[in-house]
Amino acid sequence: MSTDKLGPALTRRSLLKTSAVAGGGLIVGVNLSGCASAPPIGADGDLSPDAWLQITPDDRVIFQLDKTEMGQGVITSLPTLVGEELNLDPARIHVHLAPVHPRFQDPIQITGGSTSIANRYQPLRQTGAAARDMLLAAAAERWSVPRAELELEDGAVHHRSSGNSARFGELAEAAARQSVPKHPALKPASEFRWIGQSVPRTDRVTKSTGGAVFGIDVGLNGQELPNLATAVVVRSPRFGAELEGFDAGEARRIPGVIDVIAVSTGVAVIADGYWPARQAAGKVVARWSDGPLKGLDSAAIEAAQRRALDEQKGRSARNDGNFARAAERAHRVIDAEYVIPHLAHATMEPMNCTAWLHDGVCDVWVPTQGPDIVQAVAAEAAKLPRDRVRVHSTLMGGGFGRRGIPDYAAEAVEVARLAGRPVKVVWSREDDMRHDFYRPATCNRLRATLDDNGAVTGWEHRLVGPSIIGTLVPDFLGALMPTWVPGGVTNVLGRAGGAVIRGRDSSSTEGAADLPYAIDHVRVESILHDPGVPIGFWRSVGHSQNAFVVESFVDEVAHAAGADPLTFRLERLAAHPRHLATLQLAAEKANWGHPDDGRSQGIAVHESFGSVVTEIAEVSVDNGRIRVHRVVCAIDCGLVINPDIVRAQMEGSIVFGLTAALKSKVTLEDGGIRQSNFHDYDLLRMDETPVIEVYFVNQDAPPSGVGEPGLPPIAPAVANAVFAATGQRLRTMPLRLA
Amino acid sequence: MVEFELNGVARRVDMPADTPLLWVIRDGLGLPGTKFGCGMGLCGACTIHLDGQPIRSCAIPLAAAAGRRLTTIEGLGAGPAISDLHPAQQAWIEGSVAHCGYCESGQIMAAAALIDANDDPSDAEIDSALSGNLCRCGTYPRIRAAVRRAAELKRGGETVVQSFDPNVAIAPVGGLRA
Ligand code: FES
Ligand code: FES
Repeated sequence: MSTDKLGPALTRRSLLKTSAVAGGGLIVGVNLSGCASAPPIGADGDLSPDAWLQITPDDRVIFQLDKTEMGQGVITSLPTLVGEELNLDPARIHVHLAPVHPRFQDPIQITGGSTSIANRYQPLRQTGAAARDMLLAAAAERWSVPRAELELEDGAVHHRSSGNSARFGELAEAAARQSVPKHPALKPASEFRWIGQSVPRTDRVTKSTGGAVFGIDVGLNGQELPNLATAVVVRSPRFGAELEGFDAGEARRIPGVIDVIAVSTGVAVIADGYWPARQAAGKVVARWSDGPLKGLDSAAIEAAQRRALDEQKGRSARNDGNFARAAERAHRVIDAEYVIPHLAHATMEPMNCTAWLHDGVCDVWVPTQGPDIVQAVAAEAAKLPRDRVRVHSTLMGGGFGRRGIPDYAAEAVEVARLAGRPVKVVWSREDDMRHDFYRPATCNRLRATLDDNGAVTGWEHRLVGPSIIGTLVPDFLGALMPTWVPGGVTNVLGRAGGAVIRGRDSSSTEGAADLPYAIDHVRVESILHDPGVPIGFWRSVGHSQNAFVVESFVDEVAHAAGADPLTFRLERLAAHPRHLATLQLAAEKANWGHPDDGRSQGIAVHESFGSVVTEIAEVSVDNGRIRVHRVVCAIDCGLVINPDIVRAQMEGSIVFGLTAALKSKVTLEDGGIRQSNFHDYDLLRMDETPVIEVYFVNQDAPPSGVGEPGLPPIAPAVANAVFAATGQRLRTMPLRLA
Repeated sequence: MVEFELNGVARRVDMPADTPLLWVIRDGLGLPGTKFGCGMGLCGACTIHLDGQPIRSCAIPLAAAAGRRLTTIEGLGAGPAISDLHPAQQAWIEGSVAHCGYCESGQIMAAAALIDANDDPSDAEIDSALSGNLCRCGTYPRIRAAVRRAAELKRGGETVVQSFDPNVAIAPVGGLRA
């Protein structure tokens, strides 16, 4: 999800490029594609100072949601930024799920890395402010009054002394003829009416009445897609195994089955609904090659990782001072090994995509985090130029990084092309579980050195695992490059291919190499070991595992030094005021050091995606069962746009992280994934969910990420609390007491 | 041919009798609110009411619906005003429970069945009624609060007065003219 690794951020200046479009509407847009004109969004006569916003002559204010909504709340929080500058209640803004557009690519049109608010905070306010100025200018002209006497309220411009007023829509065409101001004044924070307030989520009604249309719902409910069929694909039992042949005799006899065909990912059973397709898929007898992973299992991967740690020196991710010397001189060295398993995303909505090739175009309806990546792979699968592919993003039942990878869209387009009709490919839960792009499994060895006063002098963290970017780029992101990526990025990605990227991918060491504690000698290194299991971005990526390793080991070191875990952290984080502030606030709210009877506390702090989060978990252990009762969370994510949504993201991240900490892992068995459904990949349930309290610090800084930063600290906070309760240090997830 | 009542309307369905109700409702009758999560009765995303009782529609065949009364999320509350929805839906809206929203139809159906039977459930009763419904987004703290609130609304005969403008919309999924 960390797109920042893919290239230099575009500057505001490089983004601002004005081009006139037909009919007097205006679009300001970056043009990465090299084609002369970006396609206009909206219609003639709309006021559209930038691609995100159209104010129509029939008085609708339309926001193009270029970031896809997957539960993180951008459908509410991003329109709030525009509404604020227009002095318009965000609830009055119509939200359109945006198409692929150059203006929305930075440099990929992707939703991830907890960047939506941080990246859009300024541009969207500027867009709203530009529209405001243009509306004011149009009204001033119409009534021949000075602009200073005009105000915006309730979707209209008013001139109080004359009593004149005009709806935005009435002014749209005239406003669109005004020039787009380059530096419109933004509202001072003291005048914010919606930013900083818990504006109710605009999707709350549709998501509580069954009306929300997710990818899997496309074509139901009368949407016009003639002859839409549903397909289920029989997939390989092992990663990388090739289809050698199949017998579909019995499958074809199931009523409702239309066709059974070989596709790149397996055997597609096309039927007039999911149930007959799924039934028939069970009857297909497919023959597969062994594939490269035959015989491989998780234990063998772990053993190979240990061998690599024994035998290899890794790439240095950080080297302060001289750890080797610190180790020689140490009074005491403590060491530990932490093992992290593969994890599936298990979004509640299984992967699915609907495609239809007709009249020389390919329409794709898809729940995706990366519509332009979909467009690129769909074009290849459709054998059409990219501009003949129209991607319609839908709401999605969770993303968490899984839906940034477009494999399921490419597959649907191929099936639809071969079937010659619109097809919705729906993955079973088993398909989804067994053909995910998993959070990588890693193995970590840590050493800390203490001098004879018990002070920590050195820290070494060596880890082994695969490179996410290095494996994904050649397969998918690479498909995007030729036509639009700016030169610099093309050079890094294109020329180098996966190999160099693997060497540079920092996602494996993020949250480890940036250890914030004041320790003189720090060495962090990573060894690349790729067993060939598909891997991908999993909510908070490297942070999700490295925070567990680092913050657990910090706790070990604190105990070895005889220090209170909170005091130990505070003393060594003096140079990090945001860490200190969240630690202190959480400690105060949780009454650190004084847990309820029968409970123990654990603490962890971690910075990721620009935000710092401290979490304190209060647990009890009963008959070997870990129970988390309460979690206090303090976050510094800068300015909070919508406190209730940030709170919700903290709650969700904590629950998501508790599933990893307490419940589930996927294991490889003979080259395929053993787990298949929620009976063997269980999620945290309501009766296991703690009370969660969320507090904010430092709201003066610009906004930073919230979708992921709540996750990393929870596993170590719980493990540290379990240690406090039992004296057992648990170094493997999910946490299991001996 | 199987006949039953769905959301107050008599329906006749000509699909194989072993088709799970989930797919009858979605693919056969075109009601998308009931969701597919696991297909094995493990997640609760497909929860509907059969004669007022919550069931996993992915695990119950069409044949079992003959002559019975089915309710899905679309038929749970009258609407369109928020105050005309089921108290569980009102509480879900008031508490902004949904993140992605995919599990919430099932959660609401489970909660509604609980409250309809018991308008003052204990925390243990809430946990036991809802713990079979998975939510990957982690909305459980809000679900718990919303169930309590829904019970309160039901007991007090009040309704939630949050306003929303039904004319302002999330655009339906892009059509063919896009
Ligand atoms: S889809 Fe029926 S319980 Fe999961
Ligand atoms: S709200 Fe997303 S799965 Fe529950």
